[in-house]
Amino acid sequence: MSNYSLTHLEELEAEAIYVIREVYAQFDNPAILFSGGKDSIVVAHLARKAFWPAKIPFPFVHIDTGHNFPETMAFRNQLIKDLGVQLVVGSVQESIDEGAVAEETGINASRNALQTTTLLDTIERNNFDACMGGARRDEEKARAKERFFSHRDDFGQWDPKNQRPELWNLFNGKKRMGENFRVFPISNWTEMDVWQYILQENIAIPELYFAKERNVIWRHGSWLPMSEFITLREGDEPQMKMVRFRTLGDITITGGQESDADTLEKIVQEVASSRQTERGNREDDKRSESAMEDRKRQGYF
Amino acid sequence: MENTFDTNSYLNMELLRFTTAGSVDDGKSTLIGRLLYDSKSIFEDQVAQIEATSTKRGLDHVDLSLFTDGLKDEREQGITIDVAYRYFATPKRKFIIADTPGHVQYTRNMVTGASTANLALILVDARKGVIEQTKRHTFIASLLQIPHVFVCINKMDLVDYSQEAYDRVVKEYTDFAAKLNVQDVRFIPMSALHGDNVVTRSEHMTWYEGGTLLHNLETVHISADYNLRDCRFPVQTVIRPHTDEYHDFRGYAGRVAGGIFKKGDKVVALPSGLESKISGIHTLTGELEEAFPPMSVTITLEDDIDISRGDMLVRSENRPEAQQDLDVMLCWLNATPPRPRAKYVLKQTTADARAMITEITYKMDINTLHRLEEDKDIKMNDIARVKIRSTKPIFADEYNQNRVTGSLILVDETTNETVAAGMIR
Repeated sequence: MSNYSLTHLEELEAEAIYVIREVYAQFDNPAILFSGGKDSIVVAHLARKAFWPAKIPFPFVHIDTGHNFPETMAFRNQLIKDLGVQLVVGSVQESIDEGAVAEETGINASRNALQTTTLLDTIERNNFDACMGGARRDEEKARAKERFFSHRDDFGQWDPKNQRPELWNLFNGKKRMGENFRVFPISNWTEMDVWQYILQENIAIPELYFAKERNVIWRHGSWLPMSEFITLREGDEPQMKMVRFRTLGDITITGGQESDADTLEKIVQEVASSRQTERGNREDDKRSESAMEDRKRQGYF
Repeated sequence: MENTFDTNSYLNMELLRFTTAGSVDDGKSTLIGRLLYDSKSIFEDQVAQIEATSTKRGLDHVDLSLFTDGLKDEREQGITIDVAYRYFATPKRKFIIADTPGHVQYTRNMVTGASTANLALILVDARKGVIEQTKRHTFIASLLQIPHVFVCINKMDLVDYSQEAYDRVVKEYTDFAAKLNVQDVRFIPMSALHGDNVVTRSEHMTWYEGGTLLHNLETVHISADYNLRDCRFPVQTVIRPHTDEYHDFRGYAGRVAGGIFKKGDKVVALPSGLESKISGIHTLTGELEEAFPPMSVTITLEDDIDISRGDMLVRSENRPEAQQDLDVMLCWLNATPPRPRAKYVLKQTTADARAMITEITYKMDINTLHRLEEDKDIKMNDIARVKIRSTKPIFADEYNQNRVTGSLILVDETTNETVAAGMIR
């Protein structure tokens, strides 16, 4: 490589920083959607780089399903403190209490689908006109056609047939009153890029990503963590297993995999040799072949 | 994807963005599926999913084209309708594919996919040779100044892997492309269906001495694709920390669009014309001695001059032209045609201006490459040479000199939709 070329991680970083700065310049009231997962942690890190030595000029929004890994919450609170940014919490429990949504029942009950309503309410109540998230195009089929600047109508909905064309690096953030945008600065990153970047930049992540002995049960092909929200069925046997999580979502649907990767280097090796997609362990995507697309249309990330 | 993965080599990979264009039947989806499958970029759960779908459709083989099927509507129609992005990596490079459909009505998607690509794959059916769509795709690749074009002569299995068939297509294509400004053109005979010359060398075409498609993708020289000569730094935003430690810090944040900026360089800010010197190039991890495309940095100057978003830092002896009347090749992207004397928002680098199309010089017939000087009726997917009048000067380079400072989009003031993409001449 010549002296005047970037590595792919440097190029992806430069692109993401450019996108984050465009959001700051083009919108009045943007925010970062922060789940506590590795992708949103990387977005937070990139936002820090984009504005340094100034502070990140956006609040962080957490959509709290109430079914959290305690470690994720502790991590979130520490990061918010370290960065000196404002935290806005949208509570799914509140949406349930207000009657805006009804809790799912049954053995596979999850609050994942309810997040959408809470997210849209939180955006509306706070007048956010752009929300940045850590979604990536490689995660799932429906995301392969997502734009960096994704326009949402005043119902927060995504229309895959009517997306604005996005050319070069000219992003069009113009909108009418009540409409808003989702922006995805790391659209072009793969799971591998994210892990390599975390390793290269030595970014702190929740310890759930590292393999450890955990109390789990076997459901739908992965190890679900035991928690107060799990209803045990006959034959369910909680046991201690060396597992780690490839994604962090709602604790009731995020399956772990058996692993001995307890360092970032080992995780990178494991991801490199993995033959399963990371969302393969997400119960929410298993509901139907177009599960993700249907949720996206309604306003999910 | 092998277990012998080397962490360090991964950190030193380059990124290659390429676009694929092809029509419904020429095997584009199969080619991409083959590329991903043979380079072991497809996960087991994805393989299981398409195996199930193939069986459900009554096929006796795994239909590799199903990997690139995207949204539900398309899966039902069996065609792709929008630009979809795919990712894969080999131990040598990381790749981003902008996969675009090739029907005539989707010129806008091809232009979109081409706008960020270093390289275009153009599929040709070996039985059919150069057809209208081949010409259209090549024209768009040349219009968007994609530096490298690989012509994939596919379905060689259906012409008995014959060298004559290959030579005929090469000659046809070369004759046609001579009229266009395409730079690095390579030809690869292949069968995507059977995997010949995609990732592994074909045993059926020993007469072909070039490398496989993947080998060419991994080795094509791309670091010269940026303009390193003309210094251009469009300012995105101004960074003022207002903290005790950085009390007087006033940095200009942006992405280098051309040239190499060094600490100590004399620069001039446009449009003000005020001069200063670069006092520092800042990043979170420390100051840099120089910055080049496409780096995102923050530049501080020795003098306190008034600079804001939309301004551009350049060298005083090498300035882009300030233009209010722009000569542009325009691709119309919207279902609503341009209205006479309608105002649009013109976006170029980080600058916005109001603008109007004042003249339509000619329309291109993208199949024959003829100029249509009588028909000036612009519709979606049309490409036309136009004059645009802007309310304020735009600091632009010719698109063929710089794809960042030479490109623009038009946004409809009423609907806020991006209605056109333009290349400045």
